[in-house]
Amino acid sequence: MNFINDFGISVFGHSDFSYFIIIILKLLAIVLPLLISVAYLTLAERRVIGLMQLRKGPNVVGPFGLFQPFADALKLMSKETIIPREANKFLFLLAPMITFILALIAWAVIPFDENNVLADINVGILYLFAVSSLAVYGIIIAGWASNSKYAFLGALRSAAQMVSYEVSIGLIIITVLLCAGSLNLTDIVNAQKNVWFAIPLLPMFVMFFISVLAETNRAPFDLPEGESELVAGYFVEYSSMSFALFFLGEYANMILMSALTVTLFLGGWLPIIDVYPLNEVPGVIWFIIKIIFILFIFLWVRASTPRYRYDQLMRLGWKIFLPFSLIWVVLTAGFLVFFDILPKSI
Amino acid sequence: MYYSILFYIFSFFVILSSIGVITSKNPVYCVLYLILAFINSAILFLFLNAEFLAMLLIVVYVGAVAVLFLFVVMMLNITIEEKKSKFLKFKPLSVILGSIILVEFLYFLIIDNSTLEKLSNTQNLEQKNNTISLGNILYTDFALLFQMCGVILLVAMIGAIVLTLRKRQGIKKQIIKNQVDTKKEDVIEVVSVKNNEGA
Repeated sequence: MNFINDFGISVFGHSDFSYFIIIILKLLAIVLPLLISVAYLTLAERRVIGLMQLRKGPNVVGPFGLFQPFADALKLMSKETIIPREANKFLFLLAPMITFILALIAWAVIPFDENNVLADINVGILYLFAVSSLAVYGIIIAGWASNSKYAFLGALRSAAQMVSYEVSIGLIIITVLLCAGSLNLTDIVNAQKNVWFAIPLLPMFVMFFISVLAETNRAPFDLPEGESELVAGYFVEYSSMSFALFFLGEYANMILMSALTVTLFLGGWLPIIDVYPLNEVPGVIWFIIKIIFILFIFLWVRASTPRYRYDQLMRLGWKIFLPFSLIWVVLTAGFLVFFDILPKSI
Repeated sequence: MYYSILFYIFSFFVILSSIGVITSKNPVYCVLYLILAFINSAILFLFLNAEFLAMLLIVVYVGAVAVLFLFVVMMLNITIEEKKSKFLKFKPLSVILGSIILVEFLYFLIIDNSTLEKLSNTQNLEQKNNTISLGNILYTDFALLFQMCGVILLVAMIGAIVLTLRKRQGIKKQIIKNQVDTKKEDVIEVVSVKNNEGA
């Protein structure tokens, strides 16, 4: 009953010291692979887009360019950190930390497998939604604290965009919750044992993915970074590690949002079909395969679509996605009630 | 014991950041303190086993309302002195509003505590989580009040739209329908240019 107690037991076990060590190890077991995936996602992005554009991409450092991320990291670390004289120093340095920390703490509730989750809390999906809605602060604070026109314009664009698309993401999540009957992510995945939600809720799945593209400021909605008119958007004044934190945060957010898409629509750790050789594969492997699939679509979209105009972006969010997802919530609720198949909560 | 100490620490942070809201000279700092106050209140909700409310507080107030505050405040170009004089100008009004709210709170706490008792009685503690118990209260005993809140919010929303919507003449606007309806023949002319005679 006691939420803090539950949280304490699921995160810290008991107040025993050994449990404390175990939880630290668990955190490392999530964060280290995540950071390595972020490093290799940057490489994969350049290689995949290179191949789609009939180029080679980075292939010189190490076999197939596999050491390229480390070369980039070393280069970034050896650069000088520049803080503009007129910038608000405290907020200027706080902003990249916010972005990066928020991209990491969200992983606490993602279920990697049955019973393999750091904090199995009742309101997991709301926690994720809350953390992703906080991500806008890193950007808007960065834009303001830089005391630069380009950075500020980029931050304003980004804030407006993220707030707009969050509305439809929220409604889509409500649709999924209606079908799952729980706010707990493990329960949501278990509710997809018969059929993944991507199939009955296909329009929602597509809209969710597009909203996620806008939420993570990825192409074709990467207007906040619009290099042709804003140089680089909100992080134009950042250099060295403070830039690296933004960069890592953006890619960690991409992976996080892919994980969320997989959990909500593609059955999380569940195998494609529940038959013998497939259901022997560990759930984590399925989960990773699905995340990679979604990430590939991220890159594919970036390589193949031109950037949206700002009014088109806002129109899509407010005039198309919002009414459509709202109607779909009502339709789903009506359907579930009419046929009396509303999931009974436990 | 352990939890109550933590609870009071976070309550202290709420009060501290609320004081920051009204005393900071920089308006952006005011909003940032407000966000800190919201987050600390959300943590207090967690201590009271109201995890659903805590998350909603962060999603709605921090994730949406405060972002828009920050958005507007950052674009305002207020100097610090200007803000100070306005603060003094609005002082009587804010004292009146604050005392009204205080009196309302005290009324419910001291004189008419039947509503609060009703709330605490209807909470079915055997339910698994407070999302379910909250829904059971909200959509049964307080359904009418819940609907009324919705109507009030709707009226406020319509009011905001009416206040800001104005038809302006002579602005350039993209009309999506025209753009979609554009045919290849209307905009592209294919010319075969002779060698060495093109522009």
